[in-house]
Amino acid sequence: MTTTAVPSKPWEKSSRDRVRDFSFFVLAIAFSYAFVGVTEMKGKLAYAFVFFVAYGVIVSVFSFITRGAPAAKDAFVKTLVALGAVITLMPIASIILTVIRRGLPGLKLNLFTQDMSLAAPTDPLNNGGLLHAITGTLTLVVLALVMSVPIGILTALYLTEIKGKFSGPIRFLVQAMSGVPSIVAGLFILSAVLYPITQSYSALMGALALTILMIPTVARTSEEVLQLIPNDLREAGTALGGTQWRTVAMIVVPAARSGLLTAVILGIARIAGETAPLLLLTGGGDKVNPNPFNGPVGSLPYYIWKSFNAGSPESLTRAWAGLLVLMLLVLILFIAARALSTRKVSK
Amino acid sequence: MIQTPESEKEMSTSAQPSSLASVANAKPARTQPTQATGTGLEARGIHAWFGSNHVLSDVNLEFAAGSVTALIGPSGCGKSTFIRTINRMHEFIPGAAMAGEVLLDGKDVYASGVDVTKIRLQIGMVFQKPNPFPSMTIGENVLSGLKLAQLKVENKDELLESCLVRAGLWNEVKDRLGAHGGSLSGGQQQRLCIARALAVSPQVLLMDEPCSALDPGSTLRIEETIRELSDTMTIVIVTHNMQQAARVSDYTAFFLSDGGPGQMIEVARTSEIFSQPKDQRTENYVTGRFG
Repeated sequence: MTTTAVPSKPWEKSSRDRVRDFSFFVLAIAFSYAFVGVTEMKGKLAYAFVFFVAYGVIVSVFSFITRGAPAAKDAFVKTLVALGAVITLMPIASIILTVIRRGLPGLKLNLFTQDMSLAAPTDPLNNGGLLHAITGTLTLVVLALVMSVPIGILTALYLTEIKGKFSGPIRFLVQAMSGVPSIVAGLFILSAVLYPITQSYSALMGALALTILMIPTVARTSEEVLQLIPNDLREAGTALGGTQWRTVAMIVVPAARSGLLTAVILGIARIAGETAPLLLLTGGGDKVNPNPFNGPVGSLPYYIWKSFNAGSPESLTRAWAGLLVLMLLVLILFIAARALSTRKVSK
Repeated sequence: MIQTPESEKEMSTSAQPSSLASVANAKPARTQPTQATGTGLEARGIHAWFGSNHVLSDVNLEFAAGSVTALIGPSGCGKSTFIRTINRMHEFIPGAAMAGEVLLDGKDVYASGVDVTKIRLQIGMVFQKPNPFPSMTIGENVLSGLKLAQLKVENKDELLESCLVRAGLWNEVKDRLGAHGGSLSGGQQQRLCIARALAVSPQVLLMDEPCSALDPGSTLRIEETIRELSDTMTIVIVTHNMQQAARVSDYTAFFLSDGGPGQMIEVARTSEIFSQPKDQRTENYVTGRFG
């Protein structure tokens, strides 16, 4: 004989529980309106603050009555944690929404086909674009990647695999380097490379400064990722007759591949929107510059800065559109790297 | 009820012996001469230290070519340290030091000028925890030793199959050699690691508690594998399971640390160690009175 069992989830909230939770929510909103209406506290923030306090108190009191003091504490802390998450999320959501709302009107097709060599920031929006800025930013990011990823990952390998005598000082210096303000990196390249050696603006100069900023991020994240690779694998590789180099190249690095790509993504995120060194080093041309090693080159942050400074309604719209494009560009780089890192790696 | 020969075999091997005498008789005598190459392995006066901590004192052991030797003893008595000195994995631990000689075919593996990677090719190792390489498929895992040591082979597919067959894994994985090693069960992963060690055709295979993380069924499969392998190579196995030592080994060495550095107390034919050990401490240990 067979019994027919229906799958159920007894641990989930019943519909009665949901109605109850929702009524707490409504009650807290109602209270916040009443409180703001009667007292001297005014403004949107007051509503949010009073709502959270009221919700926390209501839920805690209910838990206290039904299940006692520990449950009340649990419910109160839950509200606090939710509050923290919402407070973190609000500025991010607000930034994204603002950029999309203000940037969308300026997003025209000619933005991606023209540069600003024949247009002023204050011109109507269908004249001129940011092709030079997009290509410039991509050039800068690619050059910085080419220079900083090998250096960063080799540094991480030195710290985790070779564990040489200088590991301590190097780890300290890399950590200190991640605190270097971007303007300092820019001034350093300006005084150490641009003035004495090349004496001209170029994408390479900007990329050098970005490299200085990117190396610590890549190195530190890679080091953490490599340290997570179990020592068993290194031992197994060595016990099979591999030299240290073969073991690291064939086993350790492939095992850490997705983590290392995350390190690169974080590095890109660190530099893609950097503005200060680019103001000093790239010259900010208005024309697409195919030569990354000579001549001024535009970039999205530079374009945004310049357009905001022009001050007309058109130029402001241009700036917002530039911001939107910069955000999209970073997003695309993220997705591409994420797709690369999960392409062939199983669990 | 009809019993297949397969299940009959499993039943007889999995039956737990009730007395020492039956344990000692569990391993059948060798029926055919060994085909193992080389003249075997010898450890002379091995000491080992971690920092200033003397963990192993004056171990002298000979391993005849084609024999299976089990190292037994309580935790912390230096068994693992000892086998790691044999293939020079000991030196990877910071602060490690050693004294003595390990002779493989009469040549000291610690002599100056010896290529340590070649030594490790001749002396393979299987670890306590199954550790297939996560970035490689099953097939790539088996052949990884060749790539690591940059060896050339005529027929890779043939080698792949023969290694997996000898490790007792071929039938289970032959249809999914392209799957990742992590998709196998723990016991299969350990046999994959054995196959990986076999691919570079070592003379000696060191096994550091290869079954401690496995269920009884997988343990039996690996013990069968060990017996089959012992026809062609010298095997040293560390184990905490005395029935296992009795089932798979020709010789058994008992290690013990009485507070100081670990020592090798006694070595003899496995049947003797389990039936009439010379040392009282060995008898106490194998009869389960301590440890």
